[in-house]
Formats: sequence, structure tokens, C-alpha cells
Amino acid sequence: MGEETTGLKGATVLLNALQQEGVDVIFGYPGGVVLPLYDALVDSPIRHVLARHEQGVVYAADGYARVSGKVGVCLATSGPGATNLVTGIANAYSDSIPLVVLTGQVPTTLLGSDSFQEADIIGITMPITKHSYLVKDARELPRIVKEAFYLASTGRPGPVLIDIPKDVLAQENVEPFVAEMKLKGYKVFGRGNNGKIEEVAKALSESRKPVLYAGGGVVTANAEGILRHLSDKTNLPVVTTLMGLGSLPAGHPNLLGMVGMHGTVTANYAVDDCDLLIAVGVRFDDRVTSGMGHRFATKAKVIHIDIDPVEISKVVKTHIRIVGDAREILEEVLDSLPGFTVPQLSDWWSQLRAWQNEHTLGYDMDRLTPQMVIKCLGELAGGEAIITTDVGQHQMWAAQYYPTAHPRNYATSCGLGAMGYGLPAAVGAQIARTDDKVFLITGDGSLQMSIQELGTIAQNKLPIKIILLNNGVLGMVRQWQKMFYSERYSQILLQGNPDFVKVAEAYGIRGIHVDSTEQVRSAITEAINHPGPVLLDFAISPEEAVLPLVPPGNVITEMIVR
Amino acid sequence: MLHTLAVLVENHPGVLIRVAGLFTRRGYNIDSLTVCQTEDPELSRMTIVVAGDDQVIEQVRNQLSKLVVVHSVTDLTEESVVDRELALVRIQVSSETRSEVFQTVDVFRGRVVDMGRNDITVELTGTIKKLDAFVHAIQPYGLLELVRTGKIAILRSET
Repeated sequence: MGEETTGLKGATVLLNALQQEGVDVIFGYPGGVVLPLYDALVDSPIRHVLARHEQGVVYAADGYARVSGKVGVCLATSGPGATNLVTGIANAYSDSIPLVVLTGQVPTTLLGSDSFQEADIIGITMPITKHSYLVKDARELPRIVKEAFYLASTGRPGPVLIDIPKDVLAQENVEPFVAEMKLKGYKVFGRGNNGKIEEVAKALSESRKPVLYAGGGVVTANAEGILRHLSDKTNLPVVTTLMGLGSLPAGHPNLLGMVGMHGTVTANYAVDDCDLLIAVGVRFDDRVTSGMGHRFATKAKVIHIDIDPVEISKVVKTHIRIVGDAREILEEVLDSLPGFTVPQLSDWWSQLRAWQNEHTLGYDMDRLTPQMVIKCLGELAGGEAIITTDVGQHQMWAAQYYPTAHPRNYATSCGLGAMGYGLPAAVGAQIARTDDKVFLITGDGSLQMSIQELGTIAQNKLPIKIILLNNGVLGMVRQWQKMFYSERYSQILLQGNPDFVKVAEAYGIRGIHVDSTEQVRSAITEAINHPGPVLLDFAISPEEAVLPLVPPGNVITEMIVR
Repeated sequence: MLHTLAVLVENHPGVLIRVAGLFTRRGYNIDSLTVCQTEDPELSRMTIVVAGDDQVIEQVRNQLSKLVVVHSVTDLTEESVVDRELALVRIQVSSETRSEVFQTVDVFRGRVVDMGRNDITVELTGTIKKLDAFVHAIQPYGLLELVRTGKIAILRSET
């Protein structure tokens, strides 16, 4: 009779700790040092989704996190596996997306000896993670995993990396024990203070031209309901960032659209002219302010509500600063309103409506345009579908023309602007929300940065519909070269593009060419009705431009409109 | 303007690089940084002297506070504090200058801690200004080597 033991292997302890955190899926790619973990996965109920590149692994986890509101988990081996995650980690960091990133590391005995497939991933990722851990003993795993999920998902969310040497994963007979967090230095802000809330209510009651400016923080805090309530009650006009799309559903009469470089004319004029700017969960990104913080909303009293104190007054001088959770604070503001008069905004609204009537977003109807394709997709799929995009012209057209109804229905790489994000993000999104329709809107440049992930879609039989706006060039770069570099086109032609329909078919995915306006509606309908994945290849002209556009160095009212 | 920040951090490997990395990344310049374990073995205290206007210092403070390994950040600049820096200075001496050098060391309340045929090593503590003045005074005799710790500071007791 052998001695009875309660001990487990390090890898099993890790998987158990993940399960404790409610993890049911990991996006990963195996390799040498994580073999003990892959061995343990065979007996684990946690689903593992095998991507085709580590970048796909981390983007899928990111897409999963954005549409589900849960923490995304990804896994890669040491060295090249870990370094291939770097762009995806930076992407999640830029957009404050909660991820727990697991990397394998060479055994502790070889650490620091430049051994095979060794990379100092903690050092490499320090500036792009919220926090990171190197695990030296498997007994620490339960605590570290617990802390990592807490850190990733609370306060301003972000990626947390756990680097685990092979011998720690293989460590035998690890006694399970209760994990207690040791995070004395970590502070999470919740409610604002009463005095500040009163100041907001007072400023609102005195304002004649207020604008509410909603960003990613509204999404993170699940504050869209209360934001809508506040806007309805006070008739507040709302502008959103790219991260804040869906904070107020498309079509809501108080929504002025996106603000900034490719924002609507009305949104930009409104922010420039307002006397009160209530900024919620935004960081005054230079794609909004044009990098001109000192000339942004200069007539306005600025209220900034953000969970991260570092963001307040970083770019634009703030008059009333409130650190805390967007939902809790907006609730408090709303509760405090009955004591104040709701502002009289009829003059302001006539001005806003006049701008809206003068500057509608428009496009040609007599040729196949990307705007038409997205508009048609919006009509057929509706705001309830999930959209992921890549980065470039198509991303902006999608933001401008797709009627997003909910904030978690739109996943795109905002802060980092990482091409190649969309396809794997669609994988993550579809796995998170099995019953929802997922559409990827992409370009031929972006798609080819992650095209191997078609294999992941095929293997997992994910019914993702790919809307490829194919113009044979790097469209946004071309547009800038046309407008700001005297049409001196440099390295934008994608000669040698494959026949994308055939590529899709090679993966067993249905492909359809669309090259005329008459086919658009029927092709999208066919794709929606098809039970499996479909790639729609729309032939569009390289001359199509994203407008309006605020040229670099201009204030946001100085736009090229057509 | 120079600001003195007292930063309590976790006493773990890798903490210093997280703090120092933050300064590099954001382009803030560290004037001096001292660090050692405190009365609590789980905590280290950093004294960081950094230049910048109010807005820069506020960003530095907030960014530091944001690090998970940082427990607290206190700006001591406007506070009443006791601050000191330690210097070790190797000075050239000859039979002609020896007594003058010793006198100078005496004036600054320095202590000779090592002596060779042609040089002496002096230990000196004091405020940054005092150390600067000593270095200035000793320069003409031949300053061979200088090492300074950077400032440490602690709040004065309330009276």
C-alpha cells in the first residue's frame, strides 16, 4: 500500500486555480516548456482553443473579454511563444482589456543562462502589463492566480502576466491550500464624494450647452443603461469615442456620433462650442483631441469622471475631477438631480440639429462603396450582432455606418491600432457568445496579418461572417499619401494578393465574390442564412476615402468633409 | 523645481526596475534615488528626488501610486523634514597641503576614514548643499574620487 497523498502537480494546481476563477476556455498554443500543462489539460474540463499563431491566441482572448465582460485567458510557451504575444498584450493594455496571460518559462535552474527558447518576458512586457508575476514555487500559484484575476478585472482593467517555469508546472505533490491575496499597495476607487456630485449637478443645471463625452470606461463599468437614463432625463447630447461606441444605441436622438479625427461634424462642433463637457471614462486620446489638448473644448467647464486618477488633467485641464466607477458616479449624479432644475437646452438643440442637417454622412449610391456595404449589413444584421474589425479605413467606415446597439457588440483595436486583430478577435467573440451572429469587417491588408486564423475558424466550426472590403491597397496609408504627401504613393500596392474566396475555400469556408451593387444585399443575406462561416469579398475602389477627417495638427472643427 | 518623494514599496526582486522603468518610459528625470529595507522587512523605502513643475510631479505621484508594488507615495517637498546625504571623498594631499585639507575637513565636520601616502578618504554627511560646498572647497587640493548616496529624508517630529 502506497502512502496516501493529497498533493497535485503544479500544472493541475494551476488549472484548478483557473477553474476557481470561473475560467472555462483558454486560447493557447503549445510548446516545449508548457508540456506539463498540456498534459494536465487532457484531464481538465477547461476547453482549449488552438489558434495558428500566438498573436491569434492573445487577440482571441481579447475579443472574448470585450464581448463577454469576463477576463480573457491565453497561454503560450516560453521564448518565441511569449514574445509573439507582445503586440496583443500591448493592445489589451492600450484599451484596458482584462486579460490573464500565461507564459511558460525555462526551468528555474536555467533561468538567466540564455538557454533554449528563453526570453525575459516579464522585463519585455513590464511597460504594457498592469502587473506581472514570475512563479518560483507551485504553492504560490493559487494566490497568484487569484490576485491576477482580481488585478486584471478591477479598477482600470488590463493585462496581467504570469510567467511559469517548466519545473514549477512539473512540481510534484503540491499541497493545496487556501489562497489569500496580498495586495496592500493596490487601491480600487468606487463611489465619488458627495460634494463633487453636487458640483456636477449644479454645473449641469447651470449649463446651456452641455455635452456628455463617453468612452471605454462606460463600457467597462456597464454604465450604458444609466448613461441613457441621464441623457433621456436631462436631454443631454452625447458624443462617443471609438471605445465608447454603443454607449448610447445608434439611432438614439441624443446621440451626435463619434468625436475626433473621423468623428461627425456635429459631434466635433458640439465639443468645440459646449459650455460644459462631462467626460466619462475617456483619456482624451490624440485621435480625439488631435493632440491639441490646450485647444480642445476651450469654452467648456470640464468634468472628468474616471477610475484612473492618472488620466485626469493629463491632457485637458479639468475643473471638476471625480475618481471612481462610471456607473456608480452617474447613478449618484442622477439621484442628486431632482433638487436641481434640468437645464433648458432648446436653443442648444436647435443649433445641434442645424449642424446635423447641414452635415449628414453621405456616399454615392451608384457604385459599390464600402459605406453602402456596411449600411446594408447594418440593416440586415441589426445592432444586436457582434462586429469585430481590423484597423484602417474599413474600421472607420464601420464605426461611422454600422448601427451599434450595445457597447459590448463592437470589438476593435483602438489605442494601439493593431492590424491583424479582427479575425482572431472574432474567434474569441464567437466562442464567448455562441448564439450571437459575429461579423468581421476587415480589409485585404489587415486580413493578411492573421489570415492563418481561418484554420481556427474551420477547426472550431465557428459561423463567423467575414466582410472583406478589398481594394488591393493599404487604404488608409494611401489616403494619407494622397491628401498629405502630394499623391506620392509609396509601398501601398498589395500586388500578389491571393483570390481570397479560393483561400477561404481551401480552409473549407464558403467564399463569395461581390463586385456590383446589385449583389450586395443578396450576398449578405446568403451569408447570414448560411449555417457556417462565410467570406464575402467586396471589390471596392482604392479611391474611396474616410471622411470627415481632421488633418493632423488641426483643431477638431477644422475638418475635411468631402 | 526639485521634489523629494518618499515611496514605500514591496521588498521584492524586480520592484526597483518597475519604479525606475516608469521614469524612463515617461521621460521623467530622476535626480537621485536611494532604496533600502525599512523597519518592516516586507517593505522598502525609496527616496526619489525628481525635477518638474506641479503638473509633472502630480503625474509622477499618480503613476507611482498606480504600481501594484507601491504602497504609498508622499511628497516631502513642502514638509518639515530632516534630510541627509552621505559622501565618501578621496582627496589628494601633500606635505604642504595636508594641514589645510584636514582643517577644511574639520570645518565641515567630516571624518577621515582612510589614509594613504598621498591621499586621504573622508566621510561626510549633511544636506546636499553642505556636501556641494565641501566638494567645492576641496577641489583646489585635488579631488580624486567622489561617491554620494543621494538624499534620504524623514518627517520631523511634531513639536
